[in-house]
Amino acid sequence: MNVMLRKALAGMLIGVLASTPALAAPAKGISDNVVKIGVLTDMSGVYSAIGGKGTLTAVEMAVADFGGTVLGKPIQVVSADHQNKADIASTKAREWFDTGKVDMVTGLLNSACALAVQKIGADKKRITMNTGAGSTDLTNKDCTPYGIHYAYDNYALANVAGSAIVSHGGKSWYFITADYAFGHSLEKNTSNFVQKLGGKVVGSVRHPLSTADFSSYLLQAQSSGAKVIGLANAGGDFTNAVKQAREFGIVQKGQTIAGMLVFDTDVKSLGLNTAQGMQFASGFYWDRDKASRDWSKRFYAKHKAMPTMDQAGAYSATMNYLKAIKAAGTDDPDAVMAKLRSMNISDFFAVNGKIRADGRMVHDMYLMEVKKPSESKGEWDILKIIKTVPGDQAFMPLSESVCSQVKK
Amino acid sequence: MNRTLWLVLLVAGLAAPFVIYPVFVMELLCFALFACAFNLLLGYSGLLSFGHAAFFGGAAYVTGYLVKNAGLTPELGVLAGTLFAGALGFVFGSLAIRRQGIYFAMITLALAQIIYFVAIKAPFTGGEDGLQDIPRGRLLGMLDLDHVYHLWGKTLELNLYYFVFALFCIGFWLVHRTIHSPFGQVLKAIRENEPRAVSLGYKVERFKLIAFVISASLAGMAGSAKALVFQLASLTDVNWHTSGEVVLMTLLGGLGTVLGPLAGAFTVVTLHSKLSAIGSWVTVVIGAIFVICVLAFRRGFVGELGRLLKRSL
Repeated sequence: MNVMLRKALAGMLIGVLASTPALAAPAKGISDNVVKIGVLTDMSGVYSAIGGKGTLTAVEMAVADFGGTVLGKPIQVVSADHQNKADIASTKAREWFDTGKVDMVTGLLNSACALAVQKIGADKKRITMNTGAGSTDLTNKDCTPYGIHYAYDNYALANVAGSAIVSHGGKSWYFITADYAFGHSLEKNTSNFVQKLGGKVVGSVRHPLSTADFSSYLLQAQSSGAKVIGLANAGGDFTNAVKQAREFGIVQKGQTIAGMLVFDTDVKSLGLNTAQGMQFASGFYWDRDKASRDWSKRFYAKHKAMPTMDQAGAYSATMNYLKAIKAAGTDDPDAVMAKLRSMNISDFFAVNGKIRADGRMVHDMYLMEVKKPSESKGEWDILKIIKTVPGDQAFMPLSESVCSQVKK
Repeated sequence: MNRTLWLVLLVAGLAAPFVIYPVFVMELLCFALFACAFNLLLGYSGLLSFGHAAFFGGAAYVTGYLVKNAGLTPELGVLAGTLFAGALGFVFGSLAIRRQGIYFAMITLALAQIIYFVAIKAPFTGGEDGLQDIPRGRLLGMLDLDHVYHLWGKTLELNLYYFVFALFCIGFWLVHRTIHSPFGQVLKAIRENEPRAVSLGYKVERFKLIAFVISASLAGMAGSAKALVFQLASLTDVNWHTSGEVVLMTLLGGLGTVLGPLAGAFTVVTLHSKLSAIGSWVTVVIGAIFVICVLAFRRGFVGELGRLLKRSL
């Protein structure tokens, strides 16, 4: 065994010494002769209706609409299911960057996964365009030179919807919060706005991601006596909580349920009867104008559901990424990031869009209200836009950002 | 055992990162070490612990936290994680070995769930987010484990790989030594017939406890290494699924064989990685394989191979 050990050690030393580091040549043009886009999102869990296969479909549509090639090189799309686990997300992203030649990752629903992947992207110098996750840490203490937060964030949601609810008299709040990065950040942001406008937060309770039974949380919220029960969760958790609140008769007894992050598909699954009158913020609605309607109908033909903010955002992010490569003449991440930051982003998804130094894509946000069943004219005619909030008022001002990329 | 076989395995281990994606090989090694540690307990002492994830994940958190927040060098981080797992193993073991069979398994499971709960609730673990962005640091303050070599168009993290490989070799050698020592013989005797071992004058409980602590420490070493490789310690590591997975690896590969846990870990990790496209269906596929294995070849891959070759592997 001693001989073995000695041999092992010698082998290890040789292995380390023999491999001299060679510098990677600076890439011009397209690296690896292919532009590869990775869609990493929840394909099977509580968030699969918001993102999932629909996000992949949207990205594939963007690639097809762009023509399938950029600067004469093919564009490929790969996808994976992170199952809402940060370790699976980071393993997959690492593998994609190291061996899969993936140049950009989009989707990234779930803030825990998003934070993990954005950091790996920065280590490996690859761009991440986040359309799914909400945590404001992505563009604050955990911001990176290669991370873009594209569709929305918790600050904007809380700002647009929280303020509207408080000004309608919802002065005391109780939170039911998903117990991970996203929920914590959403609760904190909303609490800040509630308190700033003279409201107060009487308490909060945290539930694990993907909870089936909300009864004990709802009873606590009910007995708190708060006027507004804020749901700082999303997707399947949000719809479950609302359905069960209805069974407890919480709304009939005078408390308001406020979903802080609501997607079209959630309203659809609750039905207008349950959800009517609910107000929330969104960065996208399919029926906003002609351009969004046209695109959404094409998406509907493929996916059999109208696009959510995440899915539409993934199309827009991919399209603008490819445009930036074309304009820069290379897929070198630094050049592409510089191009993306200098571009004005205006398409069916974003109005007056601009990517800031902290990675935040600032664009107009909307205060939405769920229609009454009598107002709805079709299966997907479910929301109306109450108010448009310009991007620079909706999102956190750059002066408040603690991102290290922001020069002050 | 045959010297040539060992040499072939060693060379394969040294050459692997040049052929296969290094991070994947490191994951294999971490789980192989975890399974080897588990096999020491189940295969050689006959104790079925259902709480080994607590040692694996607990050590990952401890290493991650100390390396990230206290600025410990990686080897000290791994050492701290291993010691923590050993201490935890002592506590678990002292309580659990008072009972046998299913009660033993349930006590270990219950204690492991307490650790899981702590990992969810304690502020330093990051809850559902996990402990992210753990730095790999410099080995002995000198060798940068994050260094990436660009050779033949590949990105190779060789420094980290050989560090993890060395950890694996140490762990594996320790298990091997334990099994083939007089101490290991006593463990086997206890496994085969505990009353008889007692009547021969052995303090059975003390032997079981020592085996439990060694197994827990090495499981912790595997967890610490994994935390450095993935720069992440998450709830998955302490979840009871992980405890189940390691049972599966050991049984698939071959209970009570030296190489069995390796083969089992390689199979399960590879399946998880290759089948990740089908998402949660992986569990169904692995479950089916497990059923087939238990029905058709109960000794596991390596166990059956050993029977064919008429030698112990």
